[in-house]
Amino acid sequence: MMAGIILVCSVVFLLQFFVSYCRSLIAASIKHPLSPEVQDVTGIKNAATGDDFARVVQLLQLCPDRPEDRSGVQAVGAYFGLLSFVRATIARLVPALSAWTETERGQCTYFAAVTLERRIAFSRDMFAQQIES
Amino acid sequence: MLVCAFKKRAVRRYFLLNLYMAGVIVVELGRFKILSEYGLKSTQYQYFYYYSDAILTIFLYFALSTLYTHVFSEMHAERYVKLGTVLLLAGTALFTYAVVHQSATKLVTHFVVELSQNLYFVGLVLTYILWGAILKLRETRTRLIQLVLSLGVYFSLFAANYAIRNLYPPLYSVFVPLVQVFGIFLPLAWAYAFWRLPEDARLVPARLAVIPR
Repeated sequence: MMAGIILVCSVVFLLQFFVSYCRSLIAASIKHPLSPEVQDVTGIKNAATGDDFARVVQLLQLCPDRPEDRSGVQAVGAYFGLLSFVRATIARLVPALSAWTETERGQCTYFAAVTLERRIAFSRDMFAQQIES
Repeated sequence: MLVCAFKKRAVRRYFLLNLYMAGVIVVELGRFKILSEYGLKSTQYQYFYYYSDAILTIFLYFALSTLYTHVFSEMHAERYVKLGTVLLLAGTALFTYAVVHQSATKLVTHFVVELSQNLYFVGLVLTYILWGAILKLRETRTRLIQLVLSLGVYFSLFAANYAIRNLYPPLYSVFVPLVQVFGIFLPLAWAYAFWRLPEDARLVPARLAVIPR
């Protein structure tokens, strides 16, 4: 009985914390403007959409990753999966939820694009250091 | 995470968080040594694992109390937070003792294992209250918000894991290895918060809430 209550509370709290955590990651990157170069590579000119997410993540995987970015990318990837699941199920019945999930999915894509830009800059720095040495 | 905090000069500001992470490193090295000497199923490893886990949980519990101090810093509530932390820890220990004291054999071991599980849930509830306070007080420090939220995710994962293990003992072998996977989350999330977010970064916490305020 007690374990059941703890399980239900934990799952409810986990969902709340997880969604808020992912939104805090996205909110911290949303102010970062994308360079024209990354806009060209990702195809994000005006607003990012959820449909671009898989492509941007594929580009992200081509760059050497940084340990401190890893948890953020994985968490936002999981959040994107959760949003896609909500969009494919509950949002079909609630149209307002559909618009909200699409906006959130677009922001996930923008987060991935900002991370891509950071990784490109990191790779360039490493390359420059190698040439200097 | 420690390197990130050191490079960003945040060690003193979040001292107990860093001390906890240093403790994790020491404990993991100890576990590795005992594992390689005695093996996974040895009594030595099991004892060391659960006792060290309880100590780390208490450390994390105190680390959480320092996050309370940061959020309530303008109210100068440090003394009350410290008092509340110690009282709640003592209360949790007494409750745990009341639950396990019928156990005739290995009372201390049962107590240690139960205390660790209960502290995860108490930590989760305290983190949730802290998150509520952040929203209510309109705390805007991005780094602090991310530290609290990631701690909330971590506590919920562990509390849910322990609850499932107690509810469905046959699933024990599935959920025990997950502890290692969950354990990676907190150092990475805190490293990200220290490395990526400057201390003066700000955001509106109401925008992060699942239910808009």
